[in-house]
Amino acid sequence: MADTIELEIVTPERLVVKDKAEEIQIPGRNGYLGILPGHAPLITELAVGEITYVNAGVSTSLSVAWGFAEVLADKVTIIAEAAERAEDIDVPRAEAARERAQEQLKKAEDAAQFDEAYLAIARADARLAVAKKQ
Amino acid sequence: MPNVLDIRRRIRSVKSTRQITKAMKMVSAAKLRRAQERALAARPYAQLLTNVLRSLVQRADVTDPETGKAQHPLLETRPEQNIVLVVVTGDRGLAGGFNSNLLKAAQRFLDSKSGVNVDVECVGRKGRDYFRRRYPAQPATEERGAAVRVTGEHLGILKVPQFSHVSPIAEDIIDRYTNGEIDAVYVLFNEFKSVIAQRLVVEQVLPVGSIGERDIEQAIELSTEERERAGEAATSAGVSLEAQDTTEIDRHAATFATAPVDYIYEQPAVTLFRALLPRYVIAQIYRAMLESVAAEHAARMTAMDSATNNAGELIDSLTLTMNRARQAAITKEIIEIVSGAAAL
Repeated sequence: MADTIELEIVTPERLVVKDKAEEIQIPGRNGYLGILPGHAPLITELAVGEITYVNAGVSTSLSVAWGFAEVLADKVTIIAEAAERAEDIDVPRAEAARERAQEQLKKAEDAAQFDEAYLAIARADARLAVAKKQ
Repeated sequence: MPNVLDIRRRIRSVKSTRQITKAMKMVSAAKLRRAQERALAARPYAQLLTNVLRSLVQRADVTDPETGKAQHPLLETRPEQNIVLVVVTGDRGLAGGFNSNLLKAAQRFLDSKSGVNVDVECVGRKGRDYFRRRYPAQPATEERGAAVRVTGEHLGILKVPQFSHVSPIAEDIIDRYTNGEIDAVYVLFNEFKSVIAQRLVVEQVLPVGSIGERDIEQAIELSTEERERAGEAATSAGVSLEAQDTTEIDRHAATFATAPVDYIYEQPAVTLFRALLPRYVIAQIYRAMLESVAAEHAARMTAMDSATNNAGELIDSLTLTMNRARQAAITKEIIEIVSGAAAL
């Protein structure tokens, strides 16, 4: 069995990552998943969070907002609505978005508005967490 | 006989116009190349999404086994009473017949849907201007027996179409469909495969028909003449005529989520299906915009190439007239001198 997995992350705009990895962590909708080479085939929806992968001892993180992952024994393909590397993240913007969302959360009147604001905070948090790791 | 000086001035003006149109052509060619790349980059995402959906359809029941009703509101078909037409035009003119052809097709579509209320979502300034003029605020135009309203104007997003700008528009339309406010959604745009393979299409995106297949209501192909013109323009601007090679990408994408193994589904198939379907619709609308932008640049490139050629012809014919006028003036002067001398 190979000791690395191929990883591909695709967004509507481009191919963000095409790399090899020894270990991958993805934010599944039901919780984070750790993936090592030889994983059983799996399909899952992704939540808002961060994808971390380790290649030759170097760990890389990306923030991701909703996506979809296919895991095979030697390959992981992720389609995501947005995926950003730490260096691409605009920290002031993410912070501003977080504050805006918090305001909305306070003003939220129904469940839908509450959910929306909550999701926006989660997205901003994921971005900020990834940006900090740089 | 016209004045030599006047003609010379005219030639100078046409020459500078030619310079401008030539520059615009080259700019459009460069932009077209970038737009093509962007459209290519968007392919894997759409293709992967389609694949998962397809394999899910095989595993999950898309219709309720008891009632026979669709499991997802986006699959539900209703008789068309209120529909949305998304018209993707350009923000700017000087692109030959690009915008006017789109608007003509839009009008034809509206005529074919008489008796149905149509909400128009305009993407691009040209479409907005047209519909505002044609269907001002008061709804219910008598001739159609039903209302045409402009419900959305989206300007400036076409310069560099970004997914994050397009998705709110699409989400809003999906919400309206889910709430039952509208019964069908059509997108009118210029499909773009290559400079010489383009057509104007009306594509139905909602309700979702069979996954991975496109539902084209109407299509207008380029005429042979237009195609030749576009081909010449592209060759002189150094743009490839071939459609981009997507087989590699498509072949690669085709394997996604279709491996002959038993996948573990982290979520029930129906849940996955519900999450994916709206994204599928959004991706379709996004693709429409990307292609339309490429088509717009191609149209502008062709138009500017024609303009440059026409300016060249005009300069030639003006130069001829000018030389004739100059010759005539010289001849006249000589005659005057000669007859003056003869009179002595």
